[in-house]
Amino acid sequence: MNIIVCVKQVPETTEVRINPETNTLIREGVKSIINPFDMYAIEEGVQLKERFGGKVTVLTMGPPQAEGALREAISMGADEGILVCDRAFAGSDTWATSYTLAGAIKKIGAFDLIICGKQASDGDTAQVGPGISTHLNIPQVTYVKKVEDAKEDVMRLERMLEEGYEVVETPLPALLTVVKEINEPRIPSLRGMMRAKSAKIIIWSQKDLNLDPQQIGLCGSPTQVVKIFTPPQRQGGQILKGEIPDIARQLVELSRSEVS
Amino acid sequence: MPIGIIIEKCTGCALCVKACPFDAIRIIDKLESSGSASDSRSHKKAIIDLNKCTLCGACKDACKFKAVLIEKAETRAPNSSLKDYKGIWVFIEQKNSKVQSVSYELLGKAQELAKKLGCDVSGVFIGNKLENQLDELIFCGANNIYLVEAPELTNFQDEPYTNILVGLIKKYKPEIILCGATNIGRSLISRVAVNIKAGLTADCTGLDIDPEKKILLQTRPAFGGNIMATIISPNYRPQMATVRQKVFTSMEPDKKRRGKIIKESFDSSLYFSRTKLLDIVEEVESLVNLAEANIIVSGGRGMAGPENFKILEELAHVLGAAIGSSRAAVDSGWISYSHQVGQTGRTVAPKIYIACGISGQIQHLVGMQSSKIIVAINKDPEAPIFRVATYGIVGDLFEIVPALTKKFKEVLKR
Repeated sequence: MNIIVCVKQVPETTEVRINPETNTLIREGVKSIINPFDMYAIEEGVQLKERFGGKVTVLTMGPPQAEGALREAISMGADEGILVCDRAFAGSDTWATSYTLAGAIKKIGAFDLIICGKQASDGDTAQVGPGISTHLNIPQVTYVKKVEDAKEDVMRLERMLEEGYEVVETPLPALLTVVKEINEPRIPSLRGMMRAKSAKIIIWSQKDLNLDPQQIGLCGSPTQVVKIFTPPQRQGGQILKGEIPDIARQLVELSRSEVS
Repeated sequence: MPIGIIIEKCTGCALCVKACPFDAIRIIDKLESSGSASDSRSHKKAIIDLNKCTLCGACKDACKFKAVLIEKAETRAPNSSLKDYKGIWVFIEQKNSKVQSVSYELLGKAQELAKKLGCDVSGVFIGNKLENQLDELIFCGANNIYLVEAPELTNFQDEPYTNILVGLIKKYKPEIILCGATNIGRSLISRVAVNIKAGLTADCTGLDIDPEKKILLQTRPAFGGNIMATIISPNYRPQMATVRQKVFTSMEPDKKRRGKIIKESFDSSLYFSRTKLLDIVEEVESLVNLAEANIIVSGGRGMAGPENFKILEELAHVLGAAIGSSRAAVDSGWISYSHQVGQTGRTVAPKIYIACGISGQIQHLVGMQSSKIIVAINKDPEAPIFRVATYGIVGDLFEIVPALTKKFKEVLKR
């Protein structure tokens, strides 16, 4: 089974701090990590490869430093990493990003399965996965929480909904987006880390992909950011004091209007 | 180069450095080596790290000296006549043929936006045997309903629903389409937007109309709510957005309202889905739909074991609330993943969020800090959850939660 896993490098949220004076994000020295949901995508790809044989290719679009994310995926068992990197892709929204990644996947060639995390922790859109499957005209199953059964050409999956789940069968090739429940990402082995260190990362620019210049980067993006601002930070409120029954009475009074 | 600093205008004031959400700007000393002794401020200039810059424009807005230049490549408008696109559509999400509450919320908001544009609001309703819910949609804000019914459309499936929505958009040309940021909504609308090349903004918490340009202003949180961005799609139609549940309120149903039903059908080949829906399993545990809940009672590591969630369930039952949890409780196997709130779970914004035995790690806070009222119950007065709590209670949750249940029961007479 030839599997492509799409990943994104994101800032580690735990380290994002707010400067209390300027009320802005402090990003200096913030570590970059693989988007947490993509870790489950990588693990699922590696597990399927272990079962069916084949190859796992990790694909990302980003600045040169995103190479680190690919090496980490290789240390977990992926076979090769491709970095799509070019200033021409800067400012891409989800439309242009999914177009560009779909273009890279076409260049990779034959595949059976594409796996993405359900969304990235920085943008939180959940739009790029379905965007890629639409550009490639393949079926998609989003929010996959379990692979019930997998064969070479068909998979049966559990797809998470708000109050339960669906059981969905899809022919391959297809694209899945996965949630945390699907697996437990492995800790890279020493051998994996050695392999990742020496792996050669393939880098593709716009020249390699030869995409329609009208559809990439800022120009190919229908959406434009017009304003970015920091919302007022939530302030700690009031600590309720007294004996427990009294505290309960206070809280009931304070919140009564919101309880129907 | 799409972005640059006009060196002559830059004073090195560093306003842009503070404004940049991506840590892409530094101030450097341009004349370090020349040894000129004039005003040292004027030697300092901003430089942009193009590998970090996303061209968001925050620096340009912040700069008082007009020293930031962003060259937007000439964006062509593929829809040659944007003016042909009229009206606001709401995708009406149904499960088991029951309209989801977010759709009513969106109809209410759409009516507000329609007044500013002077246009109609239409619902797009896809499924089977939906007749008995049409009136309610009209009472709650739909001027028209595009109704597409067929047995094979009973349940949502990505491909047929995409085909239908794309077909309707091409035929009727709406100016704006709103859709709930639910699992179904996000899955469907992303496919539609790519298909017709339209701008799509995810998970909006604010929508407005620009009074001059008459375009949709879409505001959404990013980085777990640490920054907000306003986004437009000026050159493409329809302008599409998904919207979080519970952000807007639905209109009071007005039984005097009248609307038009427009029945549409398509070639049955468009109803075909390559994926097959084999089963829908409702979670038997009660109270799991966090996104729709007005009140969430949530438990963390402090619950100390799965059996103790019973006291939260009792409180939730009295309040009509859903049960949430922190990652710690899910990872310990005390409660299922569908209850998890936070970065790797769900983002929620109920009217009241009651955090019991949750310390308040940043990954949890980003998933619930937009709640209207946050109540924190924790033994540790230093727990970070108290920094965001509207009301904090320092103490033993095993005494406090039952006391709350008792008091609410008395007051609510339940």
